[in-house]
Amino acid sequence: MRVTFTVNGRSAEADDVWEGESLLYVLRERVGLPGSKNACEQGECGSCTVYLDDVPVCSCLVAAGQVQDRQVRTVEGLADGDRLDPVQACFIKAGAVQCGFCTPGLLVQAHDLIERNPEPSDPEIREALAGNLCRCTGYEKILDAVREAAAIKAGIA
Amino acid sequence: MDFLRPATWAEALTARAERPDAVPIAGGTDVMVELNFDRRRPGALLDLNRIPALRQWTRDPDGTIRLGASVPYARIIDELRTDLPGLAMASRTVGSPQIRNRGGVGGNLGAASPAGDTHPVLVATDAVIEVESAERGVRAIPATEFYLGVKRNAMAADELIKAVLLAPAKGPQQFSKIGTRNAMVIAVCSFAVALDVAARKVGAGIGSAAPTPRRPFEAELFAADALPWDSRADLDPRIATRFGELVAAAAAPIDDVRGTAAYRRHALSVMGRRTLTWAWREHQSSQSCQSSKELT
Repeated sequence: MRVTFTVNGRSAEADDVWEGESLLYVLRERVGLPGSKNACEQGECGSCTVYLDDVPVCSCLVAAGQVQDRQVRTVEGLADGDRLDPVQACFIKAGAVQCGFCTPGLLVQAHDLIERNPEPSDPEIREALAGNLCRCTGYEKILDAVREAAAIKAGIA
Repeated sequence: MDFLRPATWAEALTARAERPDAVPIAGGTDVMVELNFDRRRPGALLDLNRIPALRQWTRDPDGTIRLGASVPYARIIDELRTDLPGLAMASRTVGSPQIRNRGGVGGNLGAASPAGDTHPVLVATDAVIEVESAERGVRAIPATEFYLGVKRNAMAADELIKAVLLAPAKGPQQFSKIGTRNAMVIAVCSFAVALDVAARKVGAGIGSAAPTPRRPFEAELFAADALPWDSRADLDPRIATRFGELVAAAAAPIDDVRGTAAYRRHALSVMGRRTLTWAWREHQSSQSCQSSKELT
């Protein structure tokens, strides 16, 4: 089947999509957006997190046909041209990236947290990121990055 | 495989009747896992995301809340925590934020896994499941009669889940769940309790400790009789302990990868004791607030 949707502000069309295919597969293999990562394929790890109509979801658990005529925003759509989003800049600055596999999902999920809650407490950050697994960093640097990004967006730092 | 995309509820019911080989998909948080892992190859997917009514909740004239089957858990937590505190608490333990943004109670009911997080609340609060078919119309099934076995429910092949009818809380409600961590976890076992203060009744529900969610009727009757409704006195710890024992006695757990039957029984007795204690404390504090308001 053919699936037409909007991704990062541009119209995208995927042909010969298998009806049981996931949005993640369509993004990575059919429309050339490999930023969202494929790890667990069961909603456990969060590395495939994207916005679907402004709500973060695991793209491995969205059927491709369900995004017809809808809006998707991936990690590739967070930066404004060459200007990184504060969340991205803070992940680099804080050293919140090691192997990098979990990073795209964490960036989208952290981006959403700060959009909804400009001054998140530590427990709120932890709960918001509870569905994003990182096997390298032990999360402390990630929390540092999210705290600083929130402060920048709130105009405090 | 076909991808069926009905635009209206009527179209969805027709598609369901015509295609018994179709699997309904809404949030996809269960169905897509089965597809991704080659565990299931249905003849068709029946996408329910285009039907706005399934994503809404409304209030009937008598106050009953009509919760659309696909209202995501995240919205239950945000919008219904005052009316349905037990359901909101259980919803908050589902998966992760990303899962709670997609999944809804309809999926819990359709899958009918013994470990589904909202089941204990639905049976404890006498929720009613509204299902519909094109041929026979709407059918209301009490939650206590909805679950027939492990991953089996009372729905016919041509029916879809439309809504869950829930009464606004009639007193404090509590929910507790045991897992290996605080997020992203399938329940080892779970428990819900709901006080009906005016009627002096106690509802309770056990999850993940029998082939279906179940109500510990003996425990409910014991608590309704033993709670100091008149004096609003502190709860005698012996009452809470006995309640927990009766809850554990009502379960029929098995040994599996997540825990042993003995552990589940023990955990249920602790959860029963704690949740009843929490609910009673909440009842006491709400009562004292009310009386201090009356004084001023």
